[in-house]
Amino acid sequence: MLSPDEIRDIDEALARVPRPEGASIEVLQIVQRHRGWVSDEALRDVAEHTGLSVHELDGVATFYNLIYRKPVGRHVIHQCDSVSCWIMGCERLHAALCECLGVGGFGETTDDGRFTLLPIQCLGTCDHAPALMVDEDLHRDLSLDGMDEILEGYE
Amino acid sequence: MSERPLTGRLRPDGEAVGLAAYEEAGGYRALARALRELSPEEVTEEVTRSGLRGRGGAGFPTGTKWSFVPMGEDAPRHKVLIANADEMEPGTFKDRLLLEGDPHQLLEGMMLAAYAIQADTATIFLRWEYRVAARRLERAIAEAREGGYLGRDVLGSGWSLELHLHVSAGRYMCGEETGLLNALEGKRATPRAKPPYPQISGLWGRPTIVQNVETLCNVPHILARGAGWYRGLSASEDAGTKLYGVSGKVRRPGLWELPIGATGREIVEERAGGMCDGLALKGFLPGGASTDFLTAEQLDVPLDFGSCERAGSRLGTGTLIVLDDGTCPVGMVHNLERFFAQESCGWCTPCREGLPWVARILGAIERGEGREGDLDLLESHCGYLGPGNTFCALAPGAVEPLQSALKHFREDFERHIESGRCPWREESR
Repeated sequence: MLSPDEIRDIDEALARVPRPEGASIEVLQIVQRHRGWVSDEALRDVAEHTGLSVHELDGVATFYNLIYRKPVGRHVIHQCDSVSCWIMGCERLHAALCECLGVGGFGETTDDGRFTLLPIQCLGTCDHAPALMVDEDLHRDLSLDGMDEILEGYE
Repeated sequence: MSERPLTGRLRPDGEAVGLAAYEEAGGYRALARALRELSPEEVTEEVTRSGLRGRGGAGFPTGTKWSFVPMGEDAPRHKVLIANADEMEPGTFKDRLLLEGDPHQLLEGMMLAAYAIQADTATIFLRWEYRVAARRLERAIAEAREGGYLGRDVLGSGWSLELHLHVSAGRYMCGEETGLLNALEGKRATPRAKPPYPQISGLWGRPTIVQNVETLCNVPHILARGAGWYRGLSASEDAGTKLYGVSGKVRRPGLWELPIGATGREIVEERAGGMCDGLALKGFLPGGASTDFLTAEQLDVPLDFGSCERAGSRLGTGTLIVLDDGTCPVGMVHNLERFFAQESCGWCTPCREGLPWVARILGAIERGEGREGDLDLLESHCGYLGPGNTFCALAPGAVEPLQSALKHFREDFERHIESGRCPWREESR
């Protein structure tokens, strides 16, 4: 069931577009903001409320990189693995980050549910490569031994 | 010191220029004057005369694009202006600076463009990752609305404009203009067939102009100071200034606004301070991931649209990615093609099937598992994925760094295959 807050936000989004499907990305973002990710149940709830089909919504949800169809940890780390960060050593940084988190690679969540590590396309801060984001915060000019300090700030 | 219209107002502390400071520096005067004294067609004419070409990568003449929009009484009542702020071209970080540092400059550019085509709706299509920009744009939009620059009857002109911010859910294809339109309609960002061109039938079937952030930021200055002044900013065959960036192993990576047509040498050696100690420049992508490599011998090519093309590449976004001799060219191209394979939207077969194939071959070569014939195979893929064989420009763009790497760094590819290993791997990476 959608919460009253979700319904309010979704109805606002629907009011801004000429046809309900125009709001499908925003609606999925709203549900994800409230629940952390978009479950099958969430898709059904949204479909019922907006009149869009579940399959249409799932087609959209699975297309966009930042809509999660699997649960994520309390904090999401998006590490850039595009070209400038690669030149500046993002592979070694990735290894250090995995060791720090105790995970085997991208797509994994720490055992305590604190972090999920995901790859991200170029973050547009290439003059300060290598870079990553934790939730909404950008961290750049990263060094191998600076990882612990950055992660400390996220409980 | 040359003039820097786009970045001259930026605050040294990195905070955004607010409405009051923007107005004090002459901001919104071009809009006020245009609404008072110029017809929409005269605005388009001035932009056409200025010689401004799109800064998002394709370089299409801006005023010409606007002139395709139906005008007059028989034109559709609703038209749309979109700022493409989905800066996702790998190695490109120029629009971020303009969005974060001077949001009102973009808004004024959008308003002028919207007035020129008589749009009643404008949207900024922003990638999610630009969180700071999102907050500052929201604030600037609210300020502009309060200041009477947006909404009903802008500055008493009788013309109305609504302006929204759309935050994307992330996909490279959203940067392609028809993919972007599908995303704004809540669909998967697959490309649309052209014609009809968006200028005739775009968002929800309405005439639509999609324009890169840097392009739009030029517009207030052109209207304020005239097409002649704008053309005079550059000594090259193109007009105005360009934001040039450098990433990779140079001493001072960064971003600079220079007269368009600056050379790679000027940008890499003078601005970026040259290569890091012990490294030499092997090649560079002049304008993001989807441009052909230029080599060290081509550092003196002026980076304007025509000169880049004659040198066998494209200006693209004007943000240089430097390949040094301590970095493996095969590994770099593998990284690029993996990106393109991942971001292919899957709409047409050559791109959906061809790019992952290319990425797998490059991965095998990089791991030392390359086989004889791999390079011929890669070359034939460059043909299958080239212009004319795919639905949109993603695959032809993806081919550009690959085909040029095969040409310029062929020996390095061959060395991988012959010796069964990457000669760069043991050393630093």
